[in-house]
Amino acid sequence: MHPAYSVIFFTTASGAGYGALVWMAIFAATGTVTPTAWTGLAAFAVALGLVTAGLLSSTFHLGHPERAWKAFSQWRSSWLSREGVAAVLAYVPALLFALGWIVFETFEGAWLIAGIVTALAALVTVACTGMIYASLRAIPRWTDVTVVPIYLVFALASGGALIFTVFAIIAPPAPEWAWAVAIMIAAAWALKFIYWQRIDAAAPVATAESATGLGRIGRVSLFEAPHTSDNYIMREMGFRIARKHAARLRIIALLLGAAVPVPAFLAAGLFSGVLTAALALAGVAALAAGILVERWLFFAEAKHAASLFYGTDTV
Amino acid sequence: MTSLPNNPGAKKLGLVIDLDICVGCHACAVNCKEWNTGGHSAPLTDENPYGNDPIGVWFNRVHTYEAGDGANGRTVHFPRSCLHCEEPACVTVCPTGASYKRESDGIVLVNADTCIGCKLCSWACPYGAREYDYADGVMKKCTLCIDRIGNDNLPERDRVPACVSTCPASARHFGDLGDPNSEVSRLVEERGGYDLMPEMGMKPVNKYLPPRTRPVSTASNTTAQDITEPVSGGSGSRFLDWVDRALSR
Repeated sequence: MHPAYSVIFFTTASGAGYGALVWMAIFAATGTVTPTAWTGLAAFAVALGLVTAGLLSSTFHLGHPERAWKAFSQWRSSWLSREGVAAVLAYVPALLFALGWIVFETFEGAWLIAGIVTALAALVTVACTGMIYASLRAIPRWTDVTVVPIYLVFALASGGALIFTVFAIIAPPAPEWAWAVAIMIAAAWALKFIYWQRIDAAAPVATAESATGLGRIGRVSLFEAPHTSDNYIMREMGFRIARKHAARLRIIALLLGAAVPVPAFLAAGLFSGVLTAALALAGVAALAAGILVERWLFFAEAKHAASLFYGTDTV
Repeated sequence: MTSLPNNPGAKKLGLVIDLDICVGCHACAVNCKEWNTGGHSAPLTDENPYGNDPIGVWFNRVHTYEAGDGANGRTVHFPRSCLHCEEPACVTVCPTGASYKRESDGIVLVNADTCIGCKLCSWACPYGAREYDYADGVMKKCTLCIDRIGNDNLPERDRVPACVSTCPASARHFGDLGDPNSEVSRLVEERGGYDLMPEMGMKPVNKYLPPRTRPVSTASNTTAQDITEPVSGGSGSRFLDWVDRALSR
Protein backbone atom coordinates (compact mmCIF):
# COMPACT_ATOMS: atom_id res chain seq x y z
CA MET A 1 0.00 0.00 0.00
CA HIS A 2 1.11 3.51 -0.77
CA PRO A 3 2.14 5.17 2.52
CA ALA A 4 0.36 8.54 2.25
CA TYR A 5 1.96 11.11 4.55
CA SER A 6 -1.40 12.65 5.49
CA VAL A 7 -2.67 9.30 6.78
CA ILE A 8 0.59 8.54 8.61
CA PHE A 9 0.52 11.96 10.26
CA PHE A 10 -3.17 11.65 11.09
CA THR A 11 -2.93 8.22 12.75
CA THR A 12 0.21 9.07 14.74
CA ALA A 13 -0.77 12.61 15.79
CA SER A 14 -4.39 11.94 16.69
CA GLY A 15 -3.37 8.66 18.32
CA ALA A 16 -0.90 10.49 20.58
CA GLY A 17 -3.48 13.18 21.34
CA TYR A 18 -6.16 10.66 22.34
CA GLY A 19 -3.61 8.69 24.37
CA ALA A 20 -2.65 11.91 26.17
CA LEU A 21 -6.33 12.53 27.06
CA VAL A 22 -6.51 9.05 28.64
CA TRP A 23 -3.43 9.77 30.77
CA MET A 24 -4.80 13.18 31.76
CA ALA A 25 -7.93 11.48 33.07
CA ILE A 26 -5.76 8.98 34.98
CA PHE A 27 -3.66 11.83 36.44
CA ALA A 28 -6.86 13.69 37.40
CA ALA A 29 -8.42 10.62 39.03
CA THR A 30 -5.28 9.81 41.01
CA GLY A 31 -4.57 13.42 41.99
CA THR A 32 -1.17 13.20 40.33
CA VAL A 33 -1.38 16.75 38.98
CA THR A 34 -2.97 19.82 40.51
CA PRO A 35 -5.82 21.33 38.53
CA THR A 36 -4.62 24.81 37.67
CA ALA A 37 -5.33 26.94 34.63
CA TRP A 38 -1.68 26.73 33.66
CA THR A 39 -1.32 22.92 33.77
CA GLY A 40 -4.71 22.53 32.08
CA LEU A 41 -3.93 24.93 29.25
CA ALA A 42 -0.61 23.24 28.55
CA ALA A 43 -2.02 19.70 28.64
CA PHE A 44 -5.14 20.42 26.56
CA ALA A 45 -3.18 22.50 24.06
CA VAL A 46 -0.94 19.49 23.42
CA ALA A 47 -3.63 16.79 23.50
CA LEU A 48 -6.49 18.52 21.68
CA GLY A 49 -3.98 20.31 19.45
CA LEU A 50 -2.63 16.98 18.20
CA VAL A 51 -6.10 15.46 17.86
CA THR A 52 -7.35 18.45 15.90
CA ALA A 53 -4.27 18.72 13.70
CA GLY A 54 -4.55 15.02 12.92
CA LEU A 55 -8.24 15.20 12.09
CA LEU A 56 -7.69 18.22 9.85
CA SER A 57 -4.78 16.58 8.07
CA SER A 58 -6.95 13.54 7.37
CA THR A 59 -9.17 15.77 5.25
CA PHE A 60 -6.22 16.93 3.14
CA HIS A 61 -6.06 13.68 1.20
CA LEU A 62 -9.74 13.88 0.29
CA GLY A 63 -10.76 14.71 -3.25
CA HIS A 64 -13.57 16.89 -1.87
CA PRO A 65 -12.66 18.14 1.66
CA GLU A 66 -15.65 20.50 1.58
CA ARG A 67 -17.94 17.46 1.68
CA ALA A 68 -16.15 15.85 4.64
CA TRP A 69 -19.17 16.43 6.89
CA LYS A 70 -21.11 13.85 4.87
CA ALA A 71 -18.79 11.22 6.34
CA PHE A 72 -20.72 11.28 9.64
CA SER A 73 -23.78 9.68 8.05
CA GLN A 74 -22.89 6.00 7.50
CA TRP A 75 -21.89 4.91 11.01
CA ARG A 76 -24.17 1.85 10.66
CA SER A 77 -21.80 0.15 8.22
CA SER A 78 -18.56 2.12 7.91
CA TRP A 79 -15.70 2.18 10.42
CA LEU A 80 -14.42 5.39 8.84
CA SER A 81 -17.77 7.01 9.52
CA ARG A 82 -17.81 5.63 13.08
CA GLU A 83 -14.34 7.07 13.63
CA GLY A 84 -15.54 10.48 12.47
CA VAL A 85 -18.59 10.39 14.73
CA ALA A 86 -16.55 9.16 17.72
CA ALA A 87 -13.90 11.84 17.11
CA VAL A 88 -16.46 14.64 17.13
CA LEU A 89 -18.39 13.22 20.10
CA ALA A 90 -15.16 12.95 22.09
CA TYR A 91 -14.81 16.73 21.96
CA VAL A 92 -17.91 17.14 24.14
CA PRO A 93 -16.61 15.50 27.35
CA ALA A 94 -13.09 16.71 26.52
CA LEU A 95 -14.20 20.33 26.49
CA LEU A 96 -16.12 19.84 29.75
CA PHE A 97 -13.04 18.18 31.28
CA ALA A 98 -11.02 21.19 30.08
CA LEU A 99 -13.58 23.63 31.48
CA GLY A 100 -13.37 22.06 34.93
CA TRP A 101 -9.57 21.87 34.86
CA ILE A 102 -8.76 25.27 33.37
CA VAL A 103 -11.63 27.54 34.44
CA PHE A 104 -12.91 26.03 37.69
CA GLU A 105 -9.59 24.37 38.54
CA THR A 106 -11.22 21.25 39.91
CA PHE A 107 -11.32 17.47 39.42
CA GLU A 108 -14.32 17.08 41.73
CA GLY A 109 -17.48 15.10 41.03
CA ALA A 110 -18.97 15.69 37.60
CA TRP A 111 -15.75 17.24 36.28
CA LEU A 112 -13.90 14.02 37.01
CA ILE A 113 -16.65 12.01 35.35
CA ALA A 114 -16.20 14.22 32.28
CA GLY A 115 -12.53 13.24 32.37
CA ILE A 116 -13.30 9.54 32.59
CA VAL A 117 -15.83 9.77 29.75
CA THR A 118 -13.19 11.65 27.72
CA ALA A 119 -10.75 8.79 28.27
CA LEU A 120 -13.32 6.20 27.15
CA ALA A 121 -14.32 8.24 24.09
CA ALA A 122 -10.65 8.63 23.18
CA LEU A 123 -10.08 4.87 23.36
CA VAL A 124 -13.20 4.20 21.29
CA THR A 125 -12.03 6.65 18.62
CA VAL A 126 -8.59 5.03 18.39
CA ALA A 127 -10.19 1.58 18.22
CA CYS A 128 -12.34 2.81 15.31
CA THR A 129 -9.18 3.98 13.52
CA GLY A 130 -7.68 0.53 13.96
CA MET A 131 -10.87 -1.13 12.75
CA ILE A 132 -10.80 0.88 9.49
CA TYR A 133 -7.68 -1.10 8.61
CA ALA A 134 -8.49 -4.35 10.40
CA SER A 135 -11.80 -4.66 8.53
CA LEU A 136 -10.23 -4.64 5.05
CA ARG A 137 -10.16 -8.25 3.86
CA ALA A 138 -8.46 -7.15 0.64
CA ILE A 139 -5.30 -6.43 2.68
CA PRO A 140 -5.01 -9.72 4.56
CA ARG A 141 -2.11 -8.81 6.89
CA TRP A 142 -4.10 -5.89 8.29
CA THR A 143 -6.86 -8.19 9.45
CA ASP A 144 -4.47 -9.66 12.02
CA VAL A 145 -5.96 -9.69 15.54
CA THR A 146 -3.08 -7.59 16.85
CA VAL A 147 -3.81 -4.57 14.62
CA VAL A 148 -6.47 -2.86 16.77
CA PRO A 149 -4.64 -3.52 20.09
CA ILE A 150 -1.48 -2.10 18.48
CA TYR A 151 -3.25 1.13 17.55
CA LEU A 152 -4.54 1.40 21.13
CA VAL A 153 -1.30 0.61 22.90
CA PHE A 154 0.75 2.90 20.62
CA ALA A 155 -1.72 5.72 21.33
CA LEU A 156 -1.29 5.11 25.07
CA ALA A 157 2.50 4.87 24.81
CA SER A 158 2.97 8.00 22.71
CA GLY A 159 0.29 9.98 24.57
CA GLY A 160 1.72 8.97 27.94
CA ALA A 161 5.27 9.86 26.96
CA LEU A 162 4.11 13.20 25.65
CA ILE A 163 1.91 14.25 28.55
CA PHE A 164 4.42 13.06 31.17
CA THR A 165 7.04 15.21 29.43
CA VAL A 166 4.74 18.26 29.39
CA PHE A 167 4.08 17.89 33.12
CA ALA A 168 7.72 17.10 33.87
CA ILE A 169 8.55 20.52 32.45
CA ILE A 170 5.79 22.63 34.01
CA ALA A 171 4.49 20.80 37.10
CA PRO A 172 6.44 17.62 37.81
CA PRO A 173 4.30 14.68 38.93
CA ALA A 174 5.77 11.84 40.99
CA PRO A 175 8.71 10.72 38.81
CA GLU A 176 7.62 7.08 39.20
CA TRP A 177 4.93 7.74 36.57
CA ALA A 178 7.77 7.67 34.05
CA TRP A 179 8.05 3.95 34.75
CA ALA A 180 4.41 3.43 33.79
CA VAL A 181 5.16 5.20 30.53
CA ALA A 182 8.25 3.04 29.96
CA ILE A 183 6.20 -0.11 30.54
CA MET A 184 3.58 1.07 28.05
CA ILE A 185 6.23 1.84 25.41
CA ALA A 186 7.81 -1.59 25.93
CA ALA A 187 4.38 -3.24 25.68
CA ALA A 188 3.64 -1.41 22.43
CA TRP A 189 6.82 -2.60 20.76
CA ALA A 190 6.43 -6.11 22.13
CA LEU A 191 3.02 -6.27 20.48
CA LYS A 192 4.41 -4.80 17.27
CA PHE A 193 7.16 -7.41 17.30
CA ILE A 194 4.52 -10.11 17.62
CA TYR A 195 2.65 -8.55 14.65
CA TRP A 196 5.82 -8.66 12.54
CA GLN A 197 6.41 -12.30 13.50
CA ARG A 198 2.82 -13.16 12.66
CA ILE A 199 2.71 -11.43 9.26
CA ASP A 200 6.01 -13.04 8.29
CA ALA A 201 4.70 -16.48 9.18
CA ALA A 202 1.14 -16.01 7.87
CA ALA A 203 0.00 -18.33 5.12
CA PRO A 204 -1.09 -16.59 1.92
CA VAL A 205 -4.82 -15.82 1.82
CA ALA A 206 -5.07 -15.35 -1.94
CA THR A 207 -2.79 -16.10 -4.88
CA ALA A 208 -2.43 -15.11 -8.52
CA GLU A 209 -3.98 -18.52 -9.22
CA SER A 210 -7.09 -17.86 -7.13
CA ALA A 211 -7.40 -14.25 -8.29
CA THR A 212 -7.57 -15.29 -11.93
CA GLY A 213 -9.05 -18.75 -11.35
CA LEU A 214 -6.41 -20.08 -13.72
CA GLY A 215 -4.75 -22.22 -11.08
CA ARG A 216 -6.72 -25.10 -12.60
CA ILE A 217 -4.26 -24.96 -15.52
CA GLY A 218 -1.11 -24.42 -13.52
CA ARG A 219 1.11 -21.74 -12.11
CA VAL A 220 -0.01 -18.26 -13.18
CA SER A 221 2.30 -15.42 -14.16
CA LEU A 222 1.65 -12.05 -15.74
CA PHE A 223 2.63 -12.18 -19.41
CA GLU A 224 1.49 -8.74 -20.44
CA ALA A 225 0.13 -5.92 -18.28
CA PRO A 226 -2.99 -4.12 -19.53
CA HIS A 227 -1.23 -0.79 -19.76
CA THR A 228 2.31 0.46 -20.28
CA SER A 229 2.43 2.99 -17.44
CA ASP A 230 1.04 2.94 -13.90
CA ASN A 231 -2.65 3.34 -13.26
CA TYR A 232 -4.36 4.39 -10.02
CA ILE A 233 -4.46 0.80 -8.72
CA MET A 234 -0.70 0.34 -9.20
CA ARG A 235 0.09 3.71 -7.63
CA GLU A 236 -2.16 3.21 -4.62
CA MET A 237 -2.02 -0.57 -4.01
CA GLY A 238 1.12 -1.58 -5.84
CA PHE A 239 3.63 0.08 -3.50
CA ARG A 240 6.21 -2.51 -2.55
CA ILE A 241 9.15 -2.34 -0.24
CA ALA A 242 12.11 -4.64 -0.60
CA ARG A 243 12.18 -7.28 2.14
CA LYS A 244 15.71 -6.37 3.20
CA HIS A 245 14.73 -2.70 3.54
CA ALA A 246 11.69 -3.69 5.60
CA ALA A 247 13.91 -5.74 7.93
CA ARG A 248 16.33 -2.83 8.32
CA LEU A 249 13.53 -0.33 8.92
CA ARG A 250 12.05 -2.58 11.61
CA ILE A 251 15.39 -2.48 13.41
CA ILE A 252 15.53 1.32 13.01
CA ALA A 253 11.98 1.61 14.39
CA LEU A 254 12.89 -0.57 17.38
CA LEU A 255 16.12 1.36 18.07
CA LEU A 256 14.44 4.78 17.89
CA GLY A 257 11.11 3.78 19.35
CA ALA A 258 12.12 1.32 22.07
CA ALA A 259 15.87 1.15 22.67
CA VAL A 260 16.12 4.91 23.34
CA PRO A 261 12.82 5.85 25.04
CA VAL A 262 12.40 2.85 27.36
CA PRO A 263 15.74 3.41 29.18
CA ALA A 264 15.18 7.17 28.99
CA PHE A 265 11.85 6.94 30.83
CA LEU A 266 13.16 4.31 33.26
CA ALA A 267 15.99 6.69 34.12
CA ALA A 268 13.62 9.66 34.25
CA GLY A 269 11.77 7.91 37.07
CA LEU A 270 14.97 7.72 39.12
CA PHE A 271 15.61 11.43 39.11
CA SER A 272 13.54 14.56 39.46
CA GLY A 273 13.47 18.12 38.20
CA VAL A 274 15.43 19.19 35.15
CA LEU A 275 17.09 15.81 34.64
CA THR A 276 13.74 14.00 34.51
CA ALA A 277 12.36 16.55 32.08
CA ALA A 278 15.43 16.33 29.85
CA LEU A 279 15.37 12.51 29.79
CA ALA A 280 11.64 12.50 29.04
CA LEU A 281 12.09 15.04 26.26
CA ALA A 282 14.82 12.93 24.64
CA GLY A 283 12.67 9.83 25.06
CA VAL A 284 9.59 11.36 23.50
CA ALA A 285 11.52 12.71 20.50
CA ALA A 286 13.03 9.30 19.73
CA LEU A 287 9.69 7.59 20.28
CA ALA A 288 7.96 9.92 17.82
CA ALA A 289 10.56 9.12 15.16
CA GLY A 290 10.27 5.39 15.85
CA ILE A 291 6.48 5.43 15.59
CA LEU A 292 6.59 7.35 12.31
CA VAL A 293 8.86 4.63 10.85
CA GLU A 294 6.57 1.93 12.28
CA ARG A 295 3.47 3.55 10.76
CA TRP A 296 5.17 4.06 7.39
CA LEU A 297 6.07 0.36 7.39
CA PHE A 298 2.52 -0.63 8.35
CA PHE A 299 1.39 0.75 5.00
CA ALA A 300 4.45 0.04 2.89
CA GLU A 301 4.67 -3.63 3.89
CA ALA A 302 0.99 -4.41 3.37
CA LYS A 303 0.13 -6.20 0.14
CA HIS A 304 -3.26 -5.60 -1.46
CA ALA A 305 -5.14 -8.40 -3.22
CA ALA A 306 -5.49 -6.28 -6.37
CA SER A 307 -1.71 -6.47 -6.82
CA LEU A 308 -2.20 -10.17 -7.63
CA PHE A 309 -3.50 -9.10 -11.05
CA TYR A 310 -0.28 -7.16 -11.65
CA GLY A 311 2.32 -9.81 -11.01
CA THR A 312 2.35 -10.34 -7.23
CA ASP A 313 2.29 -14.08 -6.46
CA THR A 314 0.57 -14.13 -3.07
CA VAL A 315 -0.97 -11.80 -0.50
CA MET B 1 -27.15 4.23 2.47
CA THR B 2 -24.06 2.14 2.37
CA SER B 3 -25.65 -0.67 4.30
CA LEU B 4 -26.49 -3.38 1.80
CA PRO B 5 -30.14 -3.74 0.79
CA ASN B 6 -32.08 -5.73 3.39
CA ASN B 7 -34.20 -7.35 0.74
CA PRO B 8 -31.96 -7.64 -2.31
CA GLY B 9 -34.02 -8.19 -5.44
CA ALA B 10 -33.90 -11.47 -7.30
CA LYS B 11 -32.33 -9.72 -10.25
CA LYS B 12 -28.52 -9.83 -10.42
CA LEU B 13 -27.31 -8.19 -13.58
CA GLY B 14 -23.77 -9.04 -14.51
CA LEU B 15 -21.29 -10.25 -17.07
CA VAL B 16 -20.07 -13.67 -18.05
CA ILE B 17 -16.63 -13.61 -19.64
CA ASP B 18 -15.42 -16.51 -21.71
CA LEU B 19 -11.66 -16.89 -21.24
CA ASP B 20 -11.58 -19.63 -23.85
CA ILE B 21 -12.68 -17.22 -26.55
CA CYS B 22 -11.16 -13.88 -25.54
CA VAL B 23 -8.43 -12.95 -27.99
CA GLY B 24 -7.07 -10.05 -25.95
CA CYS B 25 -7.84 -7.37 -28.55
CA HIS B 26 -8.75 -4.75 -25.87
CA ALA B 27 -11.78 -3.66 -27.92
CA CYS B 28 -14.02 -4.05 -24.85
CA ALA B 29 -11.73 -1.79 -22.82
CA VAL B 30 -11.54 0.82 -25.57
CA ASN B 31 -15.27 0.87 -26.26
CA CYS B 32 -15.95 1.04 -22.53
CA LYS B 33 -13.71 4.08 -22.29
CA GLU B 34 -15.32 5.61 -25.37
CA TRP B 35 -18.89 5.20 -24.10
CA ASN B 36 -18.32 5.98 -20.45
CA THR B 37 -16.22 9.08 -20.94
CA GLY B 38 -19.48 10.58 -22.15
CA GLY B 39 -21.78 8.56 -19.88
CA HIS B 40 -23.01 8.36 -16.28
CA SER B 41 -19.57 8.92 -14.70
CA ALA B 42 -18.18 11.23 -17.38
CA PRO B 43 -15.49 12.21 -17.95
CA LEU B 44 -12.97 9.38 -17.52
CA THR B 45 -10.09 11.78 -17.20
CA ASP B 46 -6.74 11.10 -18.83
CA GLU B 47 -3.77 13.03 -17.54
CA ASN B 48 -0.68 13.60 -19.61
CA PRO B 49 -2.14 11.39 -22.37
CA TYR B 50 0.65 12.03 -24.88
CA GLY B 51 3.47 12.34 -22.36
CA ASN B 52 5.92 9.83 -20.97
CA ASP B 53 3.77 8.83 -18.05
CA PRO B 54 0.10 8.90 -18.99
CA ILE B 55 -2.49 7.95 -16.39
CA GLY B 56 -6.23 7.75 -16.77
CA VAL B 57 -9.45 6.21 -15.54
CA TRP B 58 -10.58 2.99 -17.22
CA PHE B 59 -13.33 0.67 -16.04
CA ASN B 60 -12.07 -2.34 -17.91
CA ARG B 61 -8.52 -3.63 -18.18
CA VAL B 62 -7.31 -6.60 -20.21
CA HIS B 63 -4.44 -8.55 -18.67
CA THR B 64 -2.64 -11.44 -20.33
CA TYR B 65 -1.40 -14.34 -18.23
CA GLU B 66 0.61 -17.47 -18.76
CA ALA B 67 -0.90 -20.41 -16.95
CA GLY B 68 0.84 -23.74 -16.60
CA ASP B 69 4.28 -24.71 -17.81
CA GLY B 70 5.86 -26.15 -20.89
CA ALA B 71 3.85 -27.60 -23.74
CA ASN B 72 0.68 -27.57 -21.70
CA GLY B 73 1.04 -23.93 -20.73
CA ARG B 74 -1.60 -21.54 -21.97
CA THR B 75 -1.69 -17.87 -22.73
CA VAL B 76 -4.95 -16.51 -21.37
CA HIS B 77 -6.35 -13.06 -22.04
CA PHE B 78 -8.19 -11.81 -19.00
CA PRO B 79 -10.51 -8.80 -19.00
CA ARG B 80 -11.00 -7.37 -15.50
CA SER B 81 -13.74 -5.01 -14.38
CA CYS B 82 -16.17 -4.56 -11.47
CA LEU B 83 -17.82 -7.87 -10.54
CA HIS B 84 -20.90 -6.20 -8.96
CA CYS B 85 -20.50 -8.41 -5.88
CA GLU B 86 -23.43 -9.53 -3.79
CA GLU B 87 -21.54 -8.53 -0.64
CA PRO B 88 -19.35 -5.67 -1.81
CA ALA B 89 -17.00 -4.36 0.89
CA CYS B 90 -16.49 -1.24 -1.25
CA VAL B 91 -20.08 -0.25 -0.48
CA THR B 92 -20.17 -0.89 3.26
CA VAL B 93 -16.91 0.98 3.99
CA CYS B 94 -18.13 4.17 2.31
CA PRO B 95 -18.53 6.83 5.02
CA THR B 96 -20.88 9.11 3.05
CA GLY B 97 -23.37 6.83 1.36
CA ALA B 98 -21.97 7.68 -2.08
CA SER B 99 -21.31 4.00 -2.84
CA TYR B 100 -24.41 1.90 -3.10
CA LYS B 101 -25.78 -1.34 -4.45
CA ARG B 102 -29.01 -0.96 -6.40
CA GLU B 103 -31.78 -2.99 -4.88
CA SER B 104 -33.58 -3.43 -8.21
CA ASP B 105 -30.78 -5.12 -10.15
CA GLY B 106 -27.72 -5.35 -7.91
CA ILE B 107 -25.57 -2.91 -9.86
CA VAL B 108 -22.89 -1.25 -7.68
CA LEU B 109 -22.66 2.49 -8.32
CA VAL B 110 -21.06 5.68 -6.99
CA ASN B 111 -22.93 8.93 -6.52
CA ALA B 112 -20.38 11.49 -7.72
CA ASP B 113 -22.22 14.29 -5.91
CA THR B 114 -21.67 12.82 -2.43
CA CYS B 115 -18.30 11.05 -2.92
CA ILE B 116 -15.61 12.81 -0.86
CA GLY B 117 -12.74 11.03 -2.60
CA CYS B 118 -11.40 9.27 0.52
CA LYS B 119 -10.45 6.24 -1.62
CA LEU B 120 -11.32 3.74 1.13
CA CYS B 121 -13.68 1.84 -1.22
CA SER B 122 -10.79 1.17 -3.58
CA TRP B 123 -8.79 -0.19 -0.64
CA ALA B 124 -11.69 -2.47 0.29
CA CYS B 125 -12.07 -3.95 -3.21
CA PRO B 126 -9.80 -6.99 -3.69
CA TYR B 127 -10.35 -6.88 -7.44
CA GLY B 128 -8.92 -3.41 -8.12
CA ALA B 129 -12.16 -2.50 -9.84
CA ARG B 130 -12.38 1.12 -8.74
CA GLU B 131 -10.22 3.86 -10.18
CA TYR B 132 -9.87 7.31 -8.68
CA ASP B 133 -10.21 10.32 -10.93
CA TYR B 134 -7.50 12.68 -9.68
CA ALA B 135 -8.92 15.58 -11.68
CA ASP B 136 -12.52 15.13 -10.51
CA GLY B 137 -11.60 14.14 -6.94
CA VAL B 138 -14.11 11.28 -6.91
CA MET B 139 -14.01 7.51 -7.30
CA LYS B 140 -15.23 5.98 -10.56
CA LYS B 141 -16.15 2.46 -11.56
CA CYS B 142 -17.97 0.25 -14.04
CA THR B 143 -21.68 1.10 -14.10
CA LEU B 144 -22.59 -1.92 -16.21
CA CYS B 145 -23.58 0.84 -18.65
CA ILE B 146 -26.78 1.77 -16.82
CA ASP B 147 -27.13 4.47 -19.45
CA ARG B 148 -27.31 1.85 -22.21
CA ILE B 149 -29.02 -1.21 -20.79
CA GLY B 150 -32.32 0.53 -20.07
CA ASN B 151 -32.05 3.22 -22.73
CA ASP B 152 -35.16 3.31 -24.89
CA ASN B 153 -33.45 5.62 -27.36
CA LEU B 154 -31.11 2.85 -28.43
CA PRO B 155 -32.09 -0.01 -30.73
CA GLU B 156 -32.80 -3.07 -28.59
CA ARG B 157 -29.71 -4.97 -29.69
CA ASP B 158 -27.55 -2.13 -28.33
CA ARG B 159 -29.10 -2.21 -24.86
CA VAL B 160 -26.14 -4.13 -23.47
CA PRO B 161 -22.95 -2.83 -21.88
CA ALA B 162 -20.53 -1.25 -24.37
CA CYS B 163 -17.93 -3.96 -23.75
CA VAL B 164 -20.42 -6.69 -24.65
CA SER B 165 -21.73 -4.97 -27.77
CA THR B 166 -18.25 -4.45 -29.16
CA CYS B 167 -16.57 -7.81 -28.47
CA PRO B 168 -15.68 -9.16 -31.93
CA ALA B 169 -15.25 -12.69 -30.57
CA SER B 170 -18.49 -12.81 -28.54
CA ALA B 171 -16.49 -13.62 -25.45
CA ARG B 172 -18.64 -11.35 -23.27
CA HIS B 173 -22.22 -12.00 -22.24
CA PHE B 174 -24.62 -9.81 -20.30
CA GLY B 175 -27.72 -10.91 -18.44
CA ASP B 176 -29.50 -11.73 -15.19
CA LEU B 177 -27.43 -14.15 -13.14
CA GLY B 178 -30.17 -14.25 -10.52
CA ASP B 179 -32.45 -16.06 -12.96
CA PRO B 180 -31.36 -19.70 -13.22
CA ASN B 181 -32.99 -20.00 -16.64
CA SER B 182 -31.33 -17.00 -18.23
CA GLU B 183 -28.89 -17.52 -21.08
CA VAL B 184 -25.96 -16.37 -18.94
CA SER B 185 -26.89 -18.67 -16.05
CA ARG B 186 -27.11 -21.61 -18.44
CA LEU B 187 -23.69 -20.75 -19.87
CA VAL B 188 -22.24 -20.69 -16.36
CA GLU B 189 -23.89 -24.03 -15.64
CA GLU B 190 -22.68 -25.71 -18.86
CA ARG B 191 -19.14 -24.40 -18.82
CA GLY B 192 -18.41 -24.42 -15.10
CA GLY B 193 -18.30 -20.66 -14.71
CA TYR B 194 -16.45 -19.59 -11.58
CA ASP B 195 -15.91 -16.72 -9.12
CA LEU B 196 -12.64 -14.83 -8.84
CA MET B 197 -11.03 -15.01 -5.37
CA PRO B 198 -14.04 -16.57 -3.60
CA GLU B 199 -11.92 -16.58 -0.41
CA MET B 200 -12.48 -12.82 -0.11
CA GLY B 201 -16.14 -13.49 0.65
CA MET B 202 -17.55 -10.78 -1.62
CA LYS B 203 -19.68 -13.20 -3.69
CA PRO B 204 -19.00 -11.73 -7.12
CA VAL B 205 -21.95 -11.75 -9.53
CA ASN B 206 -19.81 -11.71 -12.69
CA LYS B 207 -18.57 -15.15 -13.69
CA TYR B 208 -15.61 -16.33 -15.74
CA LEU B 209 -15.78 -19.33 -18.06
CA PRO B 210 -12.52 -21.30 -17.90
CA PRO B 211 -10.46 -22.06 -20.99
CA ARG B 212 -11.62 -25.44 -22.37
CA THR B 213 -9.31 -28.34 -21.64
CA ARG B 214 -7.15 -29.48 -24.49
CA PRO B 215 -5.61 -32.87 -25.17
CA VAL B 216 -2.55 -33.10 -22.99
CA SER B 217 0.57 -32.79 -25.09
CA THR B 218 3.06 -35.57 -24.50
CA ALA B 219 5.65 -34.13 -26.87
CA SER B 220 6.98 -31.98 -24.12
CA ASN B 221 10.28 -31.46 -25.93
CA THR B 222 8.73 -30.13 -29.11
CA THR B 223 10.20 -26.79 -30.00
CA ALA B 224 9.56 -24.39 -32.82
CA GLN B 225 12.76 -25.57 -34.44
CA ASP B 226 11.63 -29.21 -34.46
CA ILE B 227 8.53 -28.28 -36.38
CA THR B 228 10.37 -26.26 -39.03
CA GLU B 229 13.10 -28.91 -39.44
CA PRO B 230 13.50 -29.58 -43.20
CA VAL B 231 11.86 -32.78 -44.32
CA SER B 232 14.70 -35.07 -45.30
CA GLY B 233 13.39 -36.79 -48.42
CA GLY B 234 10.85 -39.56 -48.64
CA SER B 235 7.90 -37.19 -48.68
CA GLY B 236 6.41 -39.22 -51.51
CA SER B 237 6.59 -36.36 -53.94
CA ARG B 238 9.60 -35.66 -56.13
CA PHE B 239 8.49 -32.04 -56.39
CA LEU B 240 8.36 -31.54 -52.65
CA ASP B 241 11.68 -33.32 -52.24
CA TRP B 242 13.16 -30.90 -54.75
CA VAL B 243 11.63 -27.93 -52.89
CA ASP B 244 13.08 -29.30 -49.69
CA ARG B 245 16.55 -29.69 -51.20
CA ALA B 246 16.36 -26.25 -52.80
CA LEU B 247 15.35 -24.60 -49.59
CA SER B 248 17.91 -26.54 -47.56
CA ARG B 249 20.84 -25.31 -49.65
